[in-house]
Amino acid sequence: MSIPLCTANDEEEREESAPSTKEPENRSVLDTEISRRDFVKAAGVLSAGVASGAPKLNAAQQAKAAAETAPQMVTLTLKINGAPHALTVDTRTTLLDALREYLGMTGSKKGCDHGQCGACTVLVDGRRVNSCLTLAAVAQGAEITTIEGLAHGDQLHPVQEAFLEHDGFQCGYCTPGQICSAVAVLEEHKRGDLSTVSWQTGETSAPELTDNEIRERMSGNLCRCAAYPNIVAAVRAASMGERS
Amino acid sequence: MNPFQYQRASAPEEAIHAVAATRGAKFLGGGTNLVDLMKYDVEHPSALVDINHLSFNQVTTTSDGGAMIGAGVRNSDLANHEIVRRSYPLLSQALLSGASPQLRNMATTGGNLLQRTRCYYFNDTSYAECNKRSPGSGCAAVKGFHRIHAILGATDACIATNPSDMNVALAALDATIHVQGPKGKRAIAIHDFHLLPGNTPHIETTLRPDELITAVELPPSKFAGHSYYLKVRDRQSYSFALVSVAAALELDGSTIRSGALALGGVAHKPWRSPEAEHILAGAPATEATFRRAAEAALTSAVPRQHNAFKVELAKISIVRALTTAAKGVQA
Repeated sequence: MSIPLCTANDEEEREESAPSTKEPENRSVLDTEISRRDFVKAAGVLSAGVASGAPKLNAAQQAKAAAETAPQMVTLTLKINGAPHALTVDTRTTLLDALREYLGMTGSKKGCDHGQCGACTVLVDGRRVNSCLTLAAVAQGAEITTIEGLAHGDQLHPVQEAFLEHDGFQCGYCTPGQICSAVAVLEEHKRGDLSTVSWQTGETSAPELTDNEIRERMSGNLCRCAAYPNIVAAVRAASMGERS
Repeated sequence: MNPFQYQRASAPEEAIHAVAATRGAKFLGGGTNLVDLMKYDVEHPSALVDINHLSFNQVTTTSDGGAMIGAGVRNSDLANHEIVRRSYPLLSQALLSGASPQLRNMATTGGNLLQRTRCYYFNDTSYAECNKRSPGSGCAAVKGFHRIHAILGATDACIATNPSDMNVALAALDATIHVQGPKGKRAIAIHDFHLLPGNTPHIETTLRPDELITAVELPPSKFAGHSYYLKVRDRQSYSFALVSVAAALELDGSTIRSGALALGGVAHKPWRSPEAEHILAGAPATEATFRRAAEAALTSAVPRQHNAFKVELAKISIVRALTTAAKGVQA
């Protein structure tokens, strides 16, 4: 149930701009009258057919197979940025997909969808988590805070201000995750949490939020534009602002 | 991902009964590994029983001065717990060297024990050969690219490694795993919990499918003053170990009364080395002793084409970890 990042419009553009440099004598199956999109659709139908209908099954096997492939639905109330949202979703739905696809909150981003990039970072009961590995059903009952919930009206969160001030991004795709993560870094630091850097430096009682500490504590958020120096500067500034 | 039923359990008995009653059901803790593997179609549970609301979230001191860690305690909370920081810094260091802050906020103690291998071929179902995924299908890693794979205790059936940092520290600290099943409770020593691959690499632990990990117990700490977790990896942070070392020493002046040494990233289970510990016991805490211990720990190593570097890497890592442990840590 992975949902592709590209939209229908992206698809259209790529289709139109695809080069047509094929030699007539080297025609492959893809060079027929069928467009790429039709081919993809047909292949999808074909593979779905293989999955469900091709093997000969008896009635009991068919019933079992149907039960195993039938979506299981669950009705939930998710409390997001202080407001309850009721929704009925397939149990497979992650918190990230619930936010983006069902509730229209597209601030949280889908990067890797496997907990490796941090673009989907949100706060659940004040703790930063990867919403792509959190099932929506598991998040029921928790206080969920997304990037959309950090500002108070037009008043940005100090970490948002710091990212603007220090240009802590380039393309901006990882930024909501970076900011949610940074908000949590400041909280974790305030209550004296350690990192592996704290153990290496021996600063294990109220470690100072040095640049090395910030880098380690923000390491769950990747930035493909490599805006890291400015991200570190933004987090540092936000932590200084908190102290003053 | 296949469809699955979801059920939230409010008591351990309810969770155990639900998993025992439903073929293919699994417990769901933090989900950082299970949900990921479901997305890759490596895991196909018919039902998930959510155990996040059981009250297994405490760390307490036991009557003998050890520690009892609830199976639901999150990795970040465990690493920062006062008892762990003070008495088991090795465990705090190991936990904080694993994964990312977000994942550590989600991952549980029980789930980390059951974390599955990061072997590329296990995680990629486009490879038909994987004795762990499909018993009897062969091992794509033996013939493939196996730079991250095992050098100790492996077989031609499987050369995957256990990816956990926490497990390596728990092995050095002689942890006991408390479990509960339909037939009652039992305790499993960490050394008997994870299995070497043999010819059945799909069987990774001695935990039965309907048994729930409820707690991890640590004996009273002997090593709080002199221990160190060293993790060597391709990237400074947020990366699995090529080799890791949990080194712990009990010193009497400059003489080692006893030592505990466990390695990560080198075997199908956290690799405790009694051979190295035998050399450490009673010996002076010197580099020469540590070198002999390192040689002893790797005597039975069987490197393969792409991972031969791990043998030397493990030896120098052991010497460095023991040297750092001997200097002492402050919590």
